[in-house]
Amino acid sequence: MLQITDLTVRYGRQTAVDAVDLRIADGEVLALLGPSGCGKSTLLRAVAGLEPADGAISWDGADLSGVPVHRRGFGLVFQDGQLFPHRNVADNVAFGLRMAGAARPERDRRVDELLDLVGLSGFGARRVTELSGGEQQRVALARALAPRPRLLLLDEPLSALDRSLREHLAIDLSRLLRDSKTTALVVTHDHDEAFTLADRVAVMRSGRIVQTGNPDQVWRHPTDEDTARFLGCSTFIDAPAKDGVVQTDFGPIALNVPDGTTHLGLRPSALRVGPGPISGLAQAVVHRRDHVRVTVKTGDQEVDAVAGVTTAPSPGEQIHLELDPDGVAVVG
Amino acid sequence: MAHGRPGLTGPLAAAALPLGFLAVFFLWPVAAIVRLGLGPGLGAVLTAPRTWEVVGFTLGQAAAATAVAVVTGLPVAFLLARTSLRGNGFVRAAVMVPFVLPTVVVGLAFRSLFGEGGPLAIVLANAFFNVAVVARTVAALWSHVDRRAEDAARSLGASRLRTFTSVTLPVLRPAISSAAAVVFLFCATSFGVVLLLGGGEYATLETEIYLRTVQLFDLTGAAALSLLQIASVVAVLVLGAFLRRRSTALRLRGRADTTRRPAGGEWAVVAAAYLVVLALLVPIASLVAKSFESGLDGYRALGGTGFRGSLQVTGWDAVLNSLRAATDATVLALVLGGISCIALVTLGRSRARPSLVEGIDTALMLPLGVSAVTVGFGYLITLHLLPGDLRTSPLLVPLAQALVVTPLVIRTLLPVLRSIDTRLRQAAATLGATPLRVWREVDLPLAARSLVAATAFAYAVALGEFGATSFLARPESATLPVVIGRLVARPGELNNQMAYACCTLLMLVTVAIVIVVDRLRVGTVGEF
Repeated sequence: MLQITDLTVRYGRQTAVDAVDLRIADGEVLALLGPSGCGKSTLLRAVAGLEPADGAISWDGADLSGVPVHRRGFGLVFQDGQLFPHRNVADNVAFGLRMAGAARPERDRRVDELLDLVGLSGFGARRVTELSGGEQQRVALARALAPRPRLLLLDEPLSALDRSLREHLAIDLSRLLRDSKTTALVVTHDHDEAFTLADRVAVMRSGRIVQTGNPDQVWRHPTDEDTARFLGCSTFIDAPAKDGVVQTDFGPIALNVPDGTTHLGLRPSALRVGPGPISGLAQAVVHRRDHVRVTVKTGDQEVDAVAGVTTAPSPGEQIHLELDPDGVAVVG
Repeated sequence: MAHGRPGLTGPLAAAALPLGFLAVFFLWPVAAIVRLGLGPGLGAVLTAPRTWEVVGFTLGQAAAATAVAVVTGLPVAFLLARTSLRGNGFVRAAVMVPFVLPTVVVGLAFRSLFGEGGPLAIVLANAFFNVAVVARTVAALWSHVDRRAEDAARSLGASRLRTFTSVTLPVLRPAISSAAAVVFLFCATSFGVVLLLGGGEYATLETEIYLRTVQLFDLTGAAALSLLQIASVVAVLVLGAFLRRRSTALRLRGRADTTRRPAGGEWAVVAAAYLVVLALLVPIASLVAKSFESGLDGYRALGGTGFRGSLQVTGWDAVLNSLRAATDATVLALVLGGISCIALVTLGRSRARPSLVEGIDTALMLPLGVSAVTVGFGYLITLHLLPGDLRTSPLLVPLAQALVVTPLVIRTLLPVLRSIDTRLRQAAATLGATPLRVWREVDLPLAARSLVAATAFAYAVALGEFGATSFLARPESATLPVVIGRLVARPGELNNQMAYACCTLLMLVTVAIVIVVDRLRVGTVGEF
């Protein structure tokens, strides 16, 4: 179990990580989610022992301060692989085993096992410079997993890949982490990635952890407006709630909240073009992959809404909006 | 406090060794000369018209040679950086040969062309050396400059020439001025060439110091001239650093997508580049031809001591002396340069102040700027104070050569080590590699080619070192360049032939080394 207590990292006068407490249970995958520059990578590097920090990091109760990087037994996967260019695939994967003094036959066996695990059987003799970005990242993962690290640290592991590959690999990676019961800390700015991979998500902003919870909790109940905005909410409204029903301008919605005024964050998908009480003027219409994003002017405010690709309005058209509870988050 | 980046103690302790070496074998001798020079002789030297004639000639020939090197180096840089022609590999190697050739060899080569020498021969010979510096330094930048800025200028209606002067040239300016500063420095402190081609009439500060020490025994006068020399070198270094500072951030591209087949007027530039390469080969060919002018007499004479015993060693003894001294010097330079690089790289990665790292880096480059003659002279007046008088030790020459060669080792290795991504080393560390193991498993293999190139390069330069060696080598331990210098200073046709034969031998070794380095495809050799 990893326990981080009151961890602070300063660069000169700037505080990159500010009094962070965090715990990762054995076998748990925790995603550290936050915008770029929020200090999440610095936190990960401090855990790896690559960044001097104040505060305590301990593993199973044993303090890690003073334990150098190479004795921590934490695997690290960088955004862009950082494979050793002068070694082939198998030698890259075998590196950690070699450092641990593993015998040749055991090394070879483990390398085959891991290449198999990441779907690169038979790639052992290839030069790493000949691999595609996705393959390189798989090798980097196999390399980090080979010496059976106590904790796997993944720093934006999929961010350097293109979108379709990223989604595909995220699912693979998620299964792989679960199957191998790896304890892992994943740093990412992409909430899809975080929610795909993680058992638990910690949201970080300006050096602090502002919220932790399981993906569903964080997605539905962001702790404040900034977090909600980071998680895709673009419209914020206050609405009265009574007996589990919130009366919004866009219609009623069933939500498990106490009576009184509720602060809601609406993602674009919360408002669909369709029969609803509110009408407005379509301003801008942008085609996305599987839907159309519409900016709608209703009254004196502009809101984001979605429409089906075939039913999309044209700019200037008068439309009605209906509420989809799936896109609504309770803020606070 | 969790463990983090490397501390400062280790690398600073490591840096102490090369810096200590620098202090004892460079700063102390130079400081001794400065003190000697600041004595009563200074006034006399500063008011003598001869002094200012020498200063004028030193700066004048250096400026002229620099101009020639820049003008001839640029087309070659274009050829190497911007075109994908088949012969480029040969051009790259051919340009490198003169840079590594020993100064006496070049001096003699130009004597074989120009007869007794003179200012024109001196300027051309100094430029001959340094075309490589301009071509390689500028090409290194040029090959990474995005070509699309030029394309944009052309599409906006600029002619090729206009595009070059208004888009390309400003981008290249930092490389050109940096190369020019280094070339100026090399030319202003050039010794062997001027000694051989000046014919007693034309002298630079460097040869004048040598003459006053060795022939006139005017130590205070020589020291005063050394002082003048150091002052001007420092001025040039500062100017060069200032010009480099002003370089702007560039959008750099990979090498491959900046080369293409030349088109239209670019062929004229390519032709000019080939002409330069051809011109570089002329002195070399002339030298070889000269060595065979009277058959193999020159080569046969290598078994003897020259005409009427001009030398105290045979030619072959000198060859052995050279190889031995250069080997010792190379080993020493690799140890010192290697440790310096490790210290500098580690400091760069730590939280050390960048100015500290830069300061140590510059300090280690100092011997490049101060003339070898001054250093050799300094040894003569200080090293007897060390225990076990080094002045009679066979290590003296290798020590001086190592001092000259170490900066070149550092300049070849350091950029490569610095370019290794820190995260690659961190990846190795997280996989369980100790800091020492990281060096062995990551840095060393990645820098291996550069290390071999640095070794070869250091060996070539040590082999040809003339300035300091001619001061320090005892008659019985004379190296080839020293022997060549003595042979041409003595009368007798046999001596001349023997000198040409010696030069050809030295050149063969040099060319072999250049081919080895070129095969390794290490980009940082000869770039500044």
